Amino acid sequence: MATSVNGSGSTVSAIVGRAQALFDDLSFTTARAWKAASPDRKVIGYLPIYVPRELIHAAGMLPLGIVGGGDQLEVIHGDAYYQSYICRIPRSTIELGVTGRLDFVDGMLFPSICDVIRNLSGMWKMMFPKVYVRYFDVPQNYKDEIGGNYYTQELVELRDALAELRGKPVTDDELRHSITVYNENRRLVRDLYAFRAQKPWQTPASEVYLLMRAGLVLPVEEHTVMLREYLAAVAKEERPRRDNCRVVLTGVFCEQPPLNLIKSLELAGCYVVDDDLQLVTRWLTSDCPIEGDPLKNLALAFLHHSESTAAKYEPNLAEKGQHLVRAVKRTDAEGVIFACPSFCDPALLDRPMLQHVLKDANIPFIAFKYAENSGQMQPIREQAGTFADSIKLWSGT
Amino acid sequence: MTVIVAPKAAPAKSVAKDDSMLKQKEMMAAHFDRLTSSGETGAKVCNTFVPGNLNELIMCFDLLNNLPEVNAIQSGLRRQSGAYVLEAEKIGHSEDVCTYVKSDIGMMAKGNIGPNGKRMPDPNVLLLSYTGCFTFMKWFELLREQYKCETIMLHTPYMGDGKITPNMIQYMVKQLKEEVIPTLERVSGVKFDIDRLREYLKRSVKAEDDLVKVLQAAKTKPSPIDAYFGGIYYIGPMFGAFRGTEDAVEYYKFLRAEVEDRVAKGLGPVTPDGDMGKEKYRLVVEGPPNYTNFRQFWKMFYDEGAVVVASSYTKVGGVYDLGFRHDPDNPLETLAEYCLGVYTNRNLPQRIDMLANYIDEYEADGLLINSIKSCNSFSAGQLLIMREVEKRTGKPAAFVESDLVDPRYFSAANIKNRLESYFQMIEQKRAGASAAA
Ligand code: SF4
Ligand code: SF4
Repeated sequence: MATSVNGSGSTVSAIVGRAQALFDDLSFTTARAWKAASPDRKVIGYLPIYVPRELIHAAGMLPLGIVGGGDQLEVIHGDAYYQSYICRIPRSTIELGVTGRLDFVDGMLFPSICDVIRNLSGMWKMMFPKVYVRYFDVPQNYKDEIGGNYYTQELVELRDALAELRGKPVTDDELRHSITVYNENRRLVRDLYAFRAQKPWQTPASEVYLLMRAGLVLPVEEHTVMLREYLAAVAKEERPRRDNCRVVLTGVFCEQPPLNLIKSLELAGCYVVDDDLQLVTRWLTSDCPIEGDPLKNLALAFLHHSESTAAKYEPNLAEKGQHLVRAVKRTDAEGVIFACPSFCDPALLDRPMLQHVLKDANIPFIAFKYAENSGQMQPIREQAGTFADSIKLWSGT
Repeated sequence: MTVIVAPKAAPAKSVAKDDSMLKQKEMMAAHFDRLTSSGETGAKVCNTFVPGNLNELIMCFDLLNNLPEVNAIQSGLRRQSGAYVLEAEKIGHSEDVCTYVKSDIGMMAKGNIGPNGKRMPDPNVLLLSYTGCFTFMKWFELLREQYKCETIMLHTPYMGDGKITPNMIQYMVKQLKEEVIPTLERVSGVKFDIDRLREYLKRSVKAEDDLVKVLQAAKTKPSPIDAYFGGIYYIGPMFGAFRGTEDAVEYYKFLRAEVEDRVAKGLGPVTPDGDMGKEKYRLVVEGPPNYTNFRQFWKMFYDEGAVVVASSYTKVGGVYDLGFRHDPDNPLETLAEYCLGVYTNRNLPQRIDMLANYIDEYEADGLLINSIKSCNSFSAGQLLIMREVEKRTGKPAAFVESDLVDPRYFSAANIKNRLESYFQMIEQKRAGASAAA
C-alpha cells in the first residue's frame, strides 16, 4: 500500500507540480510505467462521466480516465472523423488513439453519456479491433427491482469480461477490497471539495482541478495519498484572500474546459466553490456498503446515492435541477456559471431547465460555451468579471 | 429524426389519384382532426417518439398518439419551422442543439397550431420511449416542464455489442409491466387487456409484410420506388399513429399492389413531377432528409436520373426488412425487441453492415450520406461509416450536409455541386470498370 507519493512534508507546490506534470503528459507515461512493472498488468481506459472503477481495480487493472486531448494536442487525424458541428472531445480522443498514445490500453469503456460517445464506442471497435471495447449502459429507471436488477446484471457482464481478460475470476472479496479503497478515495475528494467550499482562497480551482485530473491517471491508492498530503499542506499555508464572489461551475462534466479558462474565472473575481468536473471521482455521494453482494451494493449506490447530471433522467419534475440549488446552498455560493462545450447536447439541452430552476430560486447565473482548445480567454474573463461585480452589487457589499 | 406522413407536397400529376396516396391522405387528415378535436371529444393524448413508438400499446388505452417529430416535419414542410427554431433560440435554447426540439418548442410558444390550422392538444401523458437518441430524454423533460403532465420513462438499452441480450429484454418487459402499463391505465382510466394488444399486433404483422415487399421492390431494375424521398411517405402510417390498425393493413395492401403493378409495367418511381425519367444511378442513402426544401432536394436527384433504392432513415421506426416482425404470441417481449432493434439503436458496425449489404443487394452505384447538422445520433461517426462502406463495397461514397428543419443550413448550390461531382465519379468508376473488363 502506498503511503507517500511525494515524501512526507510535501509542499503544495510540489504536489501541484506533480499533478500538473501528469496533466501535461499526453503519452500517459505514469500509466505506461505502471503497466510495464509486471507482465500481467492491464490498463482499462474510460471516458466521462461514470464507470464503476472498482471492478477494474478488483481485476488488478488500472482504470485510466480519458477526457480528450486538451489544448496542447494538435488534432490532425481526428478532424477527418468528425464534422465541424460535433464537439471536440471525440476527435481529440481519436487523435490520441491513432497517434499511438493509447497503444498500451487493453480495454476501453464508453459510458452512456450521449450519442457522440455512444457512437465512438462503435468506431473504437472498428478502428482498434484488438482492444476490448464496451459501451457501458446504466439504468434510467431507479427502482431496485427494475433498474437495479438490470444494472447488477450489466455489472456481472463487465466483471466477467474483465475476468476473462486477466484469465481468472474476480472474487467478491477482491471487489469488497476495491470498494473500500474507492470509498476512502471518494471521502478525501469530498473533504477536498468541502475544504474548498470553506476556504476557496486556500485551494484555487485550478489546483483542485489538477488534483482531480491526477485521479484519472494514478492508481487510486496513490491518488488518495496525494489528496491527503495536499489537504495537510494547504492547511498549513496561508494564502491571500481576495474579494471574489463564490460560484458553482456547471456543464463541464465531459469535454474539458482549458485549464486557462478555470484560471481565468478566478482571475476575473470568481471563486469556484463547486463544479461538475471529473464526476467519476465522486459519482457515489456516500460510502458504498462493503457487506453483502458487492455488485448489488454498487448497483444500489448508483440508483440511490449518485450525482445528478444531464445524462441521467430525473423522474420527478419537482426534483429537476434541485441538485444545483442544493450545491449553491451547501457551498454558500452566490451564483452559477454555465460553461458548456459547443455542440454538447446533454449540457445545452439541460441548461434552460436548470436556468428556470435557478431563476425561481433567485440565484443569478451566466452562461457561455467553450471548446477544449479555446485559446481566447478575454471574452470569458470579461463576462465572469462583470458577473462577479454585479453579484457584489446585488449583495450590497 | 423521423418520418413525414401527410403527403402535403402531393405529386402534381396523375399519381395523386393513386389509391394508396388518397388513402394515406385521408388517414392523416383524420388523425390530425382527432387530435385537434380531442378537447371536444374528450379523447386523451399520449405524446411519444417514432423510434420506439408503441402504437399498439397506446391504442390499448384508447389514447391518441401524437408524435412531436412528425409535427416538426410538418412545420418543416410548411416552411414554418425556421420561425419556430428562431423563437426557441430567443427563449434560451442553444443554436447548437437538435432543431426538431426547437421547432416543437417554438411551435408551442407560438400557439401550437397543427397542420390543419387548429390548435394541437396538450398531452395527458408523455411516453418517453428512450430509444436510439439521447435528445429524446431532454426533449420530454422540456415538455414535461411545460405541460406538467405525467411522464413515463421507458429506457431501451443501446445495442453496444450489436446484440440483444436477455437482460435487456427482461429490463424492458419489467418496465412495461410495472411502469408503463400501470401509468397508462391510470391516466386513461382503461384497463389493460393483453388480448387486445395481441389483436393489434396481428394487424401490425400484416402491414409489416407488405411494407417489406414494397421496400424490396427496389431491387428490381428500374426501381419502381424511391426508397428515401418516396419511402418517407410509405413509412408514414407504419411509423406514425397507424401501426396495428385496419387502416394501415389496407393502406399497405394498396401500396404493395400499386408497386407490384409498376414492376410489372417496368415503370420507375413516381416523383412530385410525375414519372421519373430513365434510371441512371442507383443510390443508398444514409441519414435523414432535409424537410424545409424537401422537393428541391428530391428534384436534384430525379432530374439526374438518380433513384434511391435503399435508405437507413426509413428504418428508424423499425428494421422490418432485416426480418423483425411483431410477435402477437409474446406481446411485451416483442415490443421490447422492436424498440431495441430500430436503426438508431444499432451500433456503428451494424449500421455499416446494413449499408454495405444494401449496396450489394440492391445493386447500387454507391452510398450518399446526408449529414444532419443538429443530429448527433445519426451524424457522429458518419465519416467513418462512409470510408468503411466505400472500402468494403468498392463503390464511391459522397457526403452532403444540411439540417432537418432549420432552413439556415440548406445550401442548395453546395449540395447540387456535390451531387453533380458524385454522379461524375460514378460515371468514371463505370468507365474504368468497363475499360478494365
Ligand atoms: S461534450 Fe457533450 S456532446 Fe460531446 S461527447 Fe461529451 S457529453 Fe457528448
Ligand atoms: S437528435 Fe436526431 S435522432 Fe434525436 S430527435 Fe433530433 S433529429 Fe431525431
